[in-house]
Amino acid sequence: MTYSYDVQAKNFTRAGAVSSEFKKELKKLNLPSALIKRIIIALYEGEVNVVAHSYGGSITCTISSESVIITIQDTGPGIPDIALAMKEGFSTASDEVREMGFGAGMGMANMKKNSDSLHITSAEGKETRIDLSFLLTFEEGT
Amino acid sequence: MSTSFKHSLYVDRESCKGCTRCMKQCPTSAIRIVQGIAQVDPEKCIDCGQCMAVCPHQAITIKGEQFNTIFSYTRRVAIIPSVLIGQFDEEVTEQMMIDAIYDLGFTDVFYAEFGIDILRTLGNHISVYSDSLPVISSYCPAVVRLIQLSYPSLLSHVNLVKTPSQITSMYARSALENEGVLPEEIGIFYISGCAAKVAQVLNGPSARKELMSGTLNLDTLVNMMQPLLSKPSRSDKPFAISHPLPPITSSSFLYSVTGGESAGMSGRKMAIDEIHNVIEFLDLVEDERLSPVDFLELRACDTGCTGGILTVRNRFCATERIRYSGSKHPEELPPDVAKRITERGQDLLYHLKSERLTSKPALSLDENPIKALKKLEKAHAIEQILPGLDCGLCGYPSCRVLSEEIVQGNTSIRSCSVLKMNSPETLNRLEKIWGSLPRTIRDA
Repeated sequence: MTYSYDVQAKNFTRAGAVSSEFKKELKKLNLPSALIKRIIIALYEGEVNVVAHSYGGSITCTISSESVIITIQDTGPGIPDIALAMKEGFSTASDEVREMGFGAGMGMANMKKNSDSLHITSAEGKETRIDLSFLLTFEEGT
Repeated sequence: MSTSFKHSLYVDRESCKGCTRCMKQCPTSAIRIVQGIAQVDPEKCIDCGQCMAVCPHQAITIKGEQFNTIFSYTRRVAIIPSVLIGQFDEEVTEQMMIDAIYDLGFTDVFYAEFGIDILRTLGNHISVYSDSLPVISSYCPAVVRLIQLSYPSLLSHVNLVKTPSQITSMYARSALENEGVLPEEIGIFYISGCAAKVAQVLNGPSARKELMSGTLNLDTLVNMMQPLLSKPSRSDKPFAISHPLPPITSSSFLYSVTGGESAGMSGRKMAIDEIHNVIEFLDLVEDERLSPVDFLELRACDTGCTGGILTVRNRFCATERIRYSGSKHPEELPPDVAKRITERGQDLLYHLKSERLTSKPALSLDENPIKALKKLEKAHAIEQILPGLDCGLCGYPSCRVLSEEIVQGNTSIRSCSVLKMNSPETLNRLEKIWGSLPRTIRDA
């Protein structure tokens, strides 16, 4: 089951729309609420990154009987130093973005913390693609 | 899945026209129109009363006790919310209202919110029992039920202290029994301004100490008080006996209007009212997208309990009146009242905490996630075919809900009137793919 969403750059009024839409779907599956929470927190961070830092992009979420795979794909401008971007507190957010209450530098770290695996491909001037995966276990606390 | 939860709202089959307004308003998609009549799914209903508010035919009503049931008891205790005081204009004093309530046949009258004063007196501060921050108020039963149904991950945030009316009820019972009144002679009636509190009493604790005998609808009581308080009868025959005002502090008096509960909480706090706002907010809390806050006061009704479905007067006027009347009450309880509470302490102290809440998930398509996923896939395929107008003619609130109900085997694609109108041939073909309604349901 695959869901595809478009994400507009700089449209902060819609930031979070994808994650809340997808959360409603996950809640129909009787998954442990702690698992849903992890997925949604990571997805939200990824969604906000696309809104705040990129030229726009898309998100696809695929649910199978083993996992939830989320692919966040933007159209640039790319991350020059991925290792630095993963650091807690590191932020390249503009003042404009910070004024909206975003850009605390926890986005990438939160994505890593909440997912079972995270894979980034990016380079300066290139597109960024982030693959997040979550294993479906049915035993996490509710 | 069967439910043991008793609801307070019911649909009058004679008056319901099946107009779909309630169905579209329902925040939990609990309403279906079946054969032209609204039907409420007891698993999903949170008794918020939104359906009743929008019904143009007064077809949705709340089960309250018949007033005369109070006379089955020799001691008839009225637990009134301060919202009742807001239902009358300035010409009617609080004293007159209290006298009118006694005149109707009650022998004892307490303010529901006096329970806060009891809690403060016994605990010296408002006690909060919850496992996680922010603490979510347990005061509004519609909100608590919403969390049980849709936000199970937030259950550990809910404050597990009994509600003010439950505490007041325990106190009243304890005080009367201490006077030597037999338990079976005591009838305690909560005057409810909303559907959710009626349901709360219907499903209340079974322990005798905490048991309320029933609820009376606030609008019924206001209607009965009205003739006693109207001008001619007032000037001819003032109340023979003037009763003492039930004790309450000014801050407790404001507890049920928006901001009233959070005012007494320490730390950073927020007050959110109206059910759709509450839902939006619970999503923020659930996704950890909220800046640090310690306490959340959440109310299903606009302006708090003055917006309750059984209230009579404009909620803004009622709120202003409550604030005004509240300011006339003392900041501290009189010492003799505090002493009486302390004397009952042993009876109450171990019963102030409510039972741990359990989740009642009603959103999932199947208990087994793998089966649920299969159903979700099928529902999405069906939704692609449906017109997406959410017209409600099928009796379901949206095309998405209809597609899920088809998957659950509760209806067939034939119930879509738009498809039927546009292309009956396609419909035949679709029915072959997605299945017709099982014979058992069709014949029912």
